[in-house]
Amino acid sequence: MTPVVLSLSNAPALWAAAMLVKIIVAFSVLMGIVAYATWVERKVIGRMQTRLGPTMTGYKGLLQPIADGIKLFFKEDIIPNEASKFAFMLAPMMILAPALISMAVIPFGSDYHLTFGGVTYLIPLQITDLNIGILFILAMAGLGVYGIVLAGLASNSKYSLIGGIRASAQMISYELAAGLSIVAIFMLSETLSLSGIVTAQQGVLWGIKALPSWMHNWYIFSQPLAFGLFVVGSMAEINRTPFDLPEAETELVSGFCTEYSSMKYALFFMAEYANMVTIGAIATTLFLGGWDGPFLGWINFLIKVFGFMFFFIWVRATFPRLRYDQLMQMGWKVMIPLALGNIVVTAVAILLWQ
Amino acid sequence: MFKEFAKGLSITLKHLLPGHSTTVDYPKQKLTMSPRFRGLHRLVPTQTREKCVACYLCPTVCPAKCITVESAENEKGEKYPKVYKIDLLRCIFCGYCVEACPVEAIEMSDKYELANYKREDFIFDKERLLK
Repeated sequence: MTPVVLSLSNAPALWAAAMLVKIIVAFSVLMGIVAYATWVERKVIGRMQTRLGPTMTGYKGLLQPIADGIKLFFKEDIIPNEASKFAFMLAPMMILAPALISMAVIPFGSDYHLTFGGVTYLIPLQITDLNIGILFILAMAGLGVYGIVLAGLASNSKYSLIGGIRASAQMISYELAAGLSIVAIFMLSETLSLSGIVTAQQGVLWGIKALPSWMHNWYIFSQPLAFGLFVVGSMAEINRTPFDLPEAETELVSGFCTEYSSMKYALFFMAEYANMVTIGAIATTLFLGGWDGPFLGWINFLIKVFGFMFFFIWVRATFPRLRYDQLMQMGWKVMIPLALGNIVVTAVAILLWQ
Repeated sequence: MFKEFAKGLSITLKHLLPGHSTTVDYPKQKLTMSPRFRGLHRLVPTQTREKCVACYLCPTVCPAKCITVESAENEKGEKYPKVYKIDLLRCIFCGYCVEACPVEAIEMSDKYELANYKREDFIFDKERLLK
């Protein structure tokens, strides 16, 4: 008997249950990774700087994220008198929400077979398979800027306002480079759906049988430049060090989040780590063949995402922060022309290939 | 440019290997101080009393003016410090008092855990300094 794809029309109750389970699992795994990413980051950076990192709370400091969470919840939550209260409260949520929403369209693994009531259903390990998945992700990435500008504006502080505007200028310019680098991917795969892109990356590179078997048709091999631009561009877009100028806390009094304290401040950093996971997941899906690999589907996916997170932490431990003019020059004068050039070269190559 | 990036990244990666950490797991593991370390002051005792003869050289030389001495005479007619106090909140641990002392009655020990909860706890009197 051939398996049936589980959908709202053929088994509504089962579909709803599966959806709920998928959402809960994806959300809790994401939040777990976010919490423990802070521990891993402190530990790895500590080692790289010949320190130990957290050691006191629990075995090897493993309870540190929980202790941090408790501390942040009980700290005094200050809202400036003249601040616009509603917008001030809304801003951290507006930053965190888009970071989480992008996970909804990422495929985590191959289809799961579930036999229920004599019928074998195929459950895709993806919360929803939008046929415009990439556009959805770009749209969500763009929404994060609103939260930052709103945070600066609502604080009613000149430092925060300038910080927010600065941050938005940075994020928008890098979003262009990251977005343009993705264009080459959907030119190659001829689809905007993320599950379609993962499927397009299976098999040997370019269908050439003579190549070694480890050379999958992953787009990192055919689009190395786009991969580099996407990783650097997204790192800058999510304010990851060395591009963390929006909250350069030592020299710019934290910019847009100067007036924030307690859990609201923590939400900004939860958003940063959630964004790290999301960017890792998107880069895995677009360039590294998603869940394709030697192990069970979602394990490959997690390994690749963790690889990206380790890379982000590694880069943070290595490079100093850029100056704002260097940042802007790199975005507009280097990355955007390179991304545009890459699109042209890819288009010509596709035409010649056909 | 890429060569420099790779070089930088390789340096940090090398430090990730075990055995590179130079930090001491402080409260569990403590380092022994060098003999020239200038920590908490100590008044040196003899068999019967402190060595100090209350000559006032240490409060005179002290740049932070943190030492208080009041002298008195005991039944044998020897001068001794009735009051000897050091206010550690003002002390800059320069060690001039040790250098100035003609009878080597004050020295600096290797104690460095000097945190306290109250301001009064930072004033070290004769009994605490003799310990």
